[in-house]
Amino acid sequence: MNTQSNTYTFLYASILVVLVAAVLSFTALQLKPRQAKNKEIEKKQDILKAVNVASTPENAEELYNQYIVKAIIVNSDGGITSEDKNATFDVDLKIENSKKNVAERKLPIFTFNKEGLGEKLIIPIRGRGMWGPIWGYISMEPDGKTIYGATFGNKGETPGLGAEISKAEFQKPFTGKQIFDESGKFTSLKLVKGTAQGHPHQFDAVSGGTVTSKGLEAMLQDNLSSYEKFLKSSK
Amino acid sequence: MSDKEPLFSAKNRKLLKNPLGSDNPITVQVLGICSALAVTAKLEPAIVMSLSVMAVLALANVIISLIRNTIPSRIRIIVQLVIVAALVIVVDQILKAFAYEVSKQLSVFVGLIITNCIIMGRLEAFALGNKPWPAFLDGIGNAAGYGLILIIIAFFRELLGSGTLYGFKIIPQAFYDMGYQNNGLMILPPMALITVGIIIWVQRSRNKSLIES
Repeated sequence: MNTQSNTYTFLYASILVVLVAAVLSFTALQLKPRQAKNKEIEKKQDILKAVNVASTPENAEELYNQYIVKAIIVNSDGGITSEDKNATFDVDLKIENSKKNVAERKLPIFTFNKEGLGEKLIIPIRGRGMWGPIWGYISMEPDGKTIYGATFGNKGETPGLGAEISKAEFQKPFTGKQIFDESGKFTSLKLVKGTAQGHPHQFDAVSGGTVTSKGLEAMLQDNLSSYEKFLKSSK
Repeated sequence: MSDKEPLFSAKNRKLLKNPLGSDNPITVQVLGICSALAVTAKLEPAIVMSLSVMAVLALANVIISLIRNTIPSRIRIIVQLVIVAALVIVVDQILKAFAYEVSKQLSVFVGLIITNCIIMGRLEAFALGNKPWPAFLDGIGNAAGYGLILIIIAFFRELLGSGTLYGFKIIPQAFYDMGYQNNGLMILPPMALITVGIIIWVQRSRNKSLIES
């Protein structure tokens, strides 16, 4: 057979590509359930991390079921639209945040309760960093004003610069910050450079990660503001 | 080549052994350096990366060798790329399903196995002109040579940079109490390059035939 002819070359390439595509689709379909499970466990670990509960992939499920006692969806008016724990867990912030009309967004809230610690509210947030999405979970004291803990993740921020938002040293100072001022006005947290220590409404930027830090500031503002009415009513 | 050649003849053993030393892909051929720098801060990702490269390289070598007489020479590079890319995606998917934590650490580097020069190099230089069994051995050998260097580098980087090996604490707390500190520089890529350099230096001073005149 002439393996150098044009017809042969075209046929060869077409058949090869179809075969490879079939193999890849088959693999992807077979492994999908396991991968989805891994993602789910990671999300549960992240939620627990926001309240400073360390977990391993093995015990995350158990701890989550034990400590996350309630999960609800609210709307921007503060009304509860769903109390289904699984439905709340499955809310995709990427879709919700893309809805222009804030009133249409589903806003998930997880309630954590552990003896000795009391109740905390956990709010998932999502925004844009420099190179890709950033996300996180903010846990609040039951007064709905004071931050109890925060955790942030990123997909592809620069290691050593923007990606520092995922480090504990960056996340720790968020504890104790206030997202409402004394008169009860929603303030979110404002980005400053190096002077936020002790200030209730500010957080420090990552040095060298200005774009990521600004993205984080916008993420807090955008996501938390839609919870304003709910948090105010939860005093 | 006669059909009666034993599976591990002297020639075939050489295919396995040479890449470990005198024909090492990293220290002698100086290929695949980028991933050697990227994944060697800890032993675990280095080992997983080595195994992934071994799986991809051995399988790609065998597949290409099996179809070597049918590949139209004008598109042979594309055919090789398609095979390698498919294998890499499969490895990536398997890691995501069964070793999620590791796959997060390796992240983009698994995908970059495609661009690992060692793989395309072996396909072009060996698999296209040899039978499947020698091609398989060649793949295993070269991946082992690659992995060996990765593991040596990761060993020193993790030990000196984090004071652990494979995640277990090696340097006792008493040392830290006396003022010993982990060398943060070891975790950064430049020290991997310097470690590679030291390995090359040691190897060449022991084996003079590697030194270019």
